[in-house]
Amino acid sequence: MMTMMKREDCFKALARHLTDEVVVATYSSAVEWNDLGPRVLNYFSMGAMGLASSHALGLALANPGRRIIVLDGDGSLLMNLGSLVTIGAAAPKNLVHFVSKNGTYEANGGHPIPNQKADFSGLARSAGYAHTFDFNELASFEQQVGHVIGLPGPVFATLHVERSRPLTYNYPALYAADKRRALKAELSKR
Amino acid sequence: MEAQTATTGEQTKIELHGANIIAAIKASGVEFVLSVPDIVTSAGLLRPIANDPSLRLVRVCKEDECIGIASGLHYSDKRALTLIQYTGFLDSLNAIRAVGVEYKQPICMMVGLLGHEPERAPTESGRYGVRIIEPICDAMGIPHHLISQDSDVAKIKPAIEKAYADSFPVALLIGRRPLAS
Repeated sequence: MMTMMKREDCFKALARHLTDEVVVATYSSAVEWNDLGPRVLNYFSMGAMGLASSHALGLALANPGRRIIVLDGDGSLLMNLGSLVTIGAAAPKNLVHFVSKNGTYEANGGHPIPNQKADFSGLARSAGYAHTFDFNELASFEQQVGHVIGLPGPVFATLHVERSRPLTYNYPALYAADKRRALKAELSKR
Repeated sequence: MEAQTATTGEQTKIELHGANIIAAIKASGVEFVLSVPDIVTSAGLLRPIANDPSLRLVRVCKEDECIGIASGLHYSDKRALTLIQYTGFLDSLNAIRAVGVEYKQPICMMVGLLGHEPERAPTESGRYGVRIIEPICDAMGIPHHLISQDSDVAKIKPAIEKAYADSFPVALLIGRRPLAS
């Protein structure tokens, strides 16, 4: 049986390598990212239904000199699977797309995704992502994450993770207007 | 392309030229066009836009992607136009609701009214899907403008400017197939 990582451990390892990157963290699949501390360059206002990767593509096209990191979920990406093809074609070199795969719709009662065997990295590879990875051991991820996010994109990595602890979060606080204004002010600096 | 009508004998033919619309899009500061093909605007808008190096066309797989991409672009002051068919607009309503209306993003949509009869108001169309577009916009508080002839093209730039000034969506409804030349 494949070993699994804890999502929050992966995020902690990723955070150690970030400076001025924008992080687009989809709600239920990556809300722990918010627990790592306030950060102006966190982008939570993407709505629902899997659009994180699309928001990230817009950010990447507008900011070619800045890395855009997407923290997606498997259920979320399945709602916007076509975005892999769109991103593969647009081919932004500054976009890094992580998908936490736990096979579960955590936000909606813990029901399974339709097909546990879906190979997200394989889908991304065939859609045109420049580099794809699968990680299921934390030590390996910790060792390689700095290299992965520095590669010319679009880069895709599946993080095989356990189901998370029960999540509590406050949607209005995540997408509060003052956070949106602060992010826009930061990204509008010339 | 300035003429709104072409006179043939005693009949006056109402026309809508794609080149006029594209000029208005550019004059509005739009850099990016995000699109799933729509038969209403295919020949008169999408095809010339695809060949226009001064606009960056991003072809997407499904219309709601446009809403996310446009929002991401706006955070860095890049203007985008979402060019879709009304069926795609209907399919994208949850994204428009969340990102455009609730998070107040200036999502500028140009929506082809497939099957619309240009001599009628959209709300009087024989096609159910066309009839409900303006009422849905009204219910969501989204300003909308009907572009059915060349004189309507003057509405485009002020509408896009207002969307960005107010940081709120706008729908430009294309009620007639724009001419390609």
